[in-house]
Amino acid sequence: MLPAFVPSGLFRYGFSKKYPARRHFPAPKDLKSTYDVVIIGGGGHALACAYYLSRYHGITNVCVLEKGYLAGGNTARNTAIVRSNYLTPEGVAFYDKSVQLYQELSQETDYNILYSERGHFTLAHTDAAMRTSRWRAEVNKQLGVNSELIYPEDIAKLCPSLNLSDKVRYPILGALYHPPGSIARHDAVAWGYARGAAEAGVEIHQQTAVTGVIVENGVVKGVQTTRGTVYANKVMQATAGSSSLVAKMAGFRLPIRTIPLQACVSVPVKPFLDQIIVSGSLHVYVSQSSRGELVMGGSTDPYSLYSTRSTLDFKEGLLGHMLELLPMLGELKVLRQWAGMADMTPDFSPIMGKTPVENYYIDSGWGTWGFKATPVCGLTMAHTIATGEPHDLIKPFNLERFVNFAQVGEKGAASVGH
Amino acid sequence: MKIMNCPLNGPRNISEFVWGGEVSIMPDPKSVSDLEWGEYCFIENNTAGVVREWWCHVPTSYWFIAERNTVTDEIVRTYPAGEIFNKRVEFAKQSEDKK
Repeated sequence: MLPAFVPSGLFRYGFSKKYPARRHFPAPKDLKSTYDVVIIGGGGHALACAYYLSRYHGITNVCVLEKGYLAGGNTARNTAIVRSNYLTPEGVAFYDKSVQLYQELSQETDYNILYSERGHFTLAHTDAAMRTSRWRAEVNKQLGVNSELIYPEDIAKLCPSLNLSDKVRYPILGALYHPPGSIARHDAVAWGYARGAAEAGVEIHQQTAVTGVIVENGVVKGVQTTRGTVYANKVMQATAGSSSLVAKMAGFRLPIRTIPLQACVSVPVKPFLDQIIVSGSLHVYVSQSSRGELVMGGSTDPYSLYSTRSTLDFKEGLLGHMLELLPMLGELKVLRQWAGMADMTPDFSPIMGKTPVENYYIDSGWGTWGFKATPVCGLTMAHTIATGEPHDLIKPFNLERFVNFAQVGEKGAASVGH
Repeated sequence: MKIMNCPLNGPRNISEFVWGGEVSIMPDPKSVSDLEWGEYCFIENNTAGVVREWWCHVPTSYWFIAERNTVTDEIVRTYPAGEIFNKRVEFAKQSEDKK
């Protein structure tokens, strides 16, 4: 039965050709037999790469193959923090480019990613952590990144919610303060890139798993999928969590262990925490989302696992420390919990660029630091695929560094004990 | 609570154990190339399935071997390392040989 008042204006608007509905992505079509570039994985990194390939390198005959649904892996499971206050000069330069791209990303993709600059505090509870913070601040400043070591009196002014009492197990001695630290809507980042890439001609195929990689005489020729064989001049894999399994199909091994990283959110409350609070010593990071939920994470699981199960051990460890930092959370309930499978590398830096298989490129080793690198990964991997040579920013992250003993020890990474 | 059966101490809470990664056989340091040594140190099989791993019961510092399914997280079997490593590696003799 129609309501007494029919809003005819609304109907006219809805059916008018003047205001056509803008589809996010074109309807799925059949797989072609050949593409210039096939990208294995349909997460943020893959979609960003497809976007920059199609928009900046004129390579539009690109196919993105996703086993599940778009951006449903680690793109959907991170805690959406963006920052560049890393420790190694290589890492700082790389992640800072990513922060710059993030700041412009809503304009770039015409998609509101809800980018919100919050200020990022890495708390120090020990002399060793103070020393590392000072070290990081100096490396950051040298490279033009806004970052400084501050002491409890300044922390109290900037972040009044924090418990700065010295009557706790691990009193706060100081913090590495990084004002550009931000959060963003992770889904929107992926969807914005996907829409932009699709509009430029990139094909995105969900529910299409890659089951094999065709390599002849050391050169990649294409991939086998659950929907048939697809040939390609160049192939890239960007399959966080499953990187080793996909690389194995192409015939090489990686220095990666797949370890779950768990997170949870609380029920939503009124905004009280503007900042992003991280403590490496306590294995805690927390920020308040625009919905009011506290987004909380800790350290990676203590052993490898290809699973996204949650554990009570994790929450006990995380929330015990959380209550010390923010005691008023005692009555708050956990609303959701989840886990992602993280590619942990021995030096906490990514593995990007060329592989032992010619024309086969890799974007992996994204452990606990993948979301914040999404735009710069897309940019640099697109450059690498288009030109055949690794982008300057990712040269230090090559796969051979492990057997050449040239690791990039990134102790500024999140969720790793040091 | 997840329980692991320690070959020395019996069933204990998993939080008492530390994971040591997959068991791999060390190449002979006398004859190995730098490349192979780098691979031995850093490159992983990262198998999805049953894997033979090092584990340590921390309170007693006891290292042993567990066969664990890395997809289902089931612990299939635990046993003393002596079942696999039954020959003594003479490091002192090897370094003397090198001289």
